[in-house]
Amino acid sequence: MILAHADQATRRYGDVLALDRADLTVSTGELVGLLGPNGAGKSTLINLLVGLRRPTAGRVELLGGDPRRPASRRQLGVTPQETGLPGTLRVGEVVDFVSAHYPDPVPRGELLDRFGLTDQARRQTGGLSGGQRRRLAVALAFVGRPRLVVLDEPTTGLDVEARHTLWEAIRSFHADGGTVLLSSHYLEEVEALAQRVVVLGQGRVLADDSTDAIRGIVGVRRVSLVADDLPTLPGVVATEHTEGRTHLLTTDADQLVRDLVTAGVTFRELEVRPTSLEEAFLAITADPTTATGAAVAARPTA
Amino acid sequence: MPLTLVHARYQLLETIRIPVAVVGSAFFPAAAMLFFVVPFAGDDPTGATYATAAMVTFAVMSANIFQYGVGVAEDRDQPWNPYTRTLPAGPGPRLAGRILAGLVLTYLSMLPVVVIAAVATAARVTPVGLLLGAATVAVVSVPFTLLGLAIGYSLPSKAAIVVAQVIFFPLAFGGGLLSAPGDAPGFIQVIAPFLPTRGAVELMWAAVGDWRPDPLALAMLGVWIVLLATVSGWAYRRDEGRRFS
Repeated sequence: MILAHADQATRRYGDVLALDRADLTVSTGELVGLLGPNGAGKSTLINLLVGLRRPTAGRVELLGGDPRRPASRRQLGVTPQETGLPGTLRVGEVVDFVSAHYPDPVPRGELLDRFGLTDQARRQTGGLSGGQRRRLAVALAFVGRPRLVVLDEPTTGLDVEARHTLWEAIRSFHADGGTVLLSSHYLEEVEALAQRVVVLGQGRVLADDSTDAIRGIVGVRRVSLVADDLPTLPGVVATEHTEGRTHLLTTDADQLVRDLVTAGVTFRELEVRPTSLEEAFLAITADPTTATGAAVAARPTA
Repeated sequence: MPLTLVHARYQLLETIRIPVAVVGSAFFPAAAMLFFVVPFAGDDPTGATYATAAMVTFAVMSANIFQYGVGVAEDRDQPWNPYTRTLPAGPGPRLAGRILAGLVLTYLSMLPVVVIAAVATAARVTPVGLLLGAATVAVVSVPFTLLGLAIGYSLPSKAAIVVAQVIFFPLAFGGGLLSAPGDAPGFIQVIAPFLPTRGAVELMWAAVGDWRPDPLALAMLGVWIVLLATVSGWAYRRDEGRRFS
């Protein structure tokens, strides 16, 4: 069964085209990652799907209905931004408030226990640590026993341990048959959780494939060296020259270095670095014959 | 528990935890009561009763202008507000809950005035008059609630605080809340009927005493309610359109 669906969804904010004819289908039991750099349209797509915004053109559907109708959201769980929790309310009160909106909420004790917040139940949310606040924010998405949970950047800014606790909660919900759509600008996070990845860039869906396939595309590395003259090398998706150095973007850095050595090229100061997601996206989205090098060169290095 | 009550309850909890807003709107009318009404009109039953009713109107006005004007504007800055829109309820319960909570706080903020009147002045009111007065408080809350909502939905929070402060003094003085009925300075007698505070206080006086309200002030109160309802409705829809459409 299809739980969330966007069909050629387009959204403009004034002159800005935030989402450009995006298609997305999330079916029961899936754990889908929405990956893209900041400003790619992830939040806009999510806002359309959870009923906060209306598409300028195209169609969105949530649990078989219009997401803007409250009834369509009865089996949806969403996470508030952690900074937005009402600071004077206690943790237990915030949970009770959200619970009151659902017919069969998870009991407060059980929910707090699952997210490791039992000891904080009587603390005001303003006095929680960043990690605790984020756990509470994510916990709220699960209060109403949702079929679909939508998490917008659930772990941005968290330390490793807090991130893994949250990942566990998301995995166990999914293992019990729950469906998850989560956005992130970390490839690592999407790799750790999702089976399917939808890549967004400049408002468009660039790719929609298995996690493995996407890793192959966006796992671009930057091989940087000083060399006078380079032969044409296989597997290079973009080349740029800055301050006497040559930067080669490739999906297989190991093979590229081997090829460099076998080709007998004279080079020094070899560096291999991961690229930022932005660079990888630009490398795969720009037309390789024309703009790639220029587009990548125009970006400040991450 | 119906959702409106749930929303009202949490609005109240949030306000009570940082009670400056309530204390603020209760303080000035209570202080005016202590400094001006008790020493000057305290021994005259009719004068003290009317002065108390005027201070109650003052409290109602400032409570509503501040809690809606500033409260709504601050809420609009918080990401919590859009989050509540993803819950399976429309914006209705939240707005209705806010207004319910606002009414409770309005009654709370006029309580000190009533207590001072009962303890320290000769103000007298029949039980029926007291009930009528309490009901009238809800009625005269309407224009000031609308005024507060108009400010809160049309301005960013920093501007809303300033505008609320700038508006509430002229409304109080100009409407003659700080003078006995028929005893206000000449220019105030001229402008008062055209301000919403005058119609409101005339209704309060009529509720607790033998006052015959001025038809012009009452008509203008009606005009104000229609006008403020239009402006706040426009501001609400504009805000919804900006953030949720």
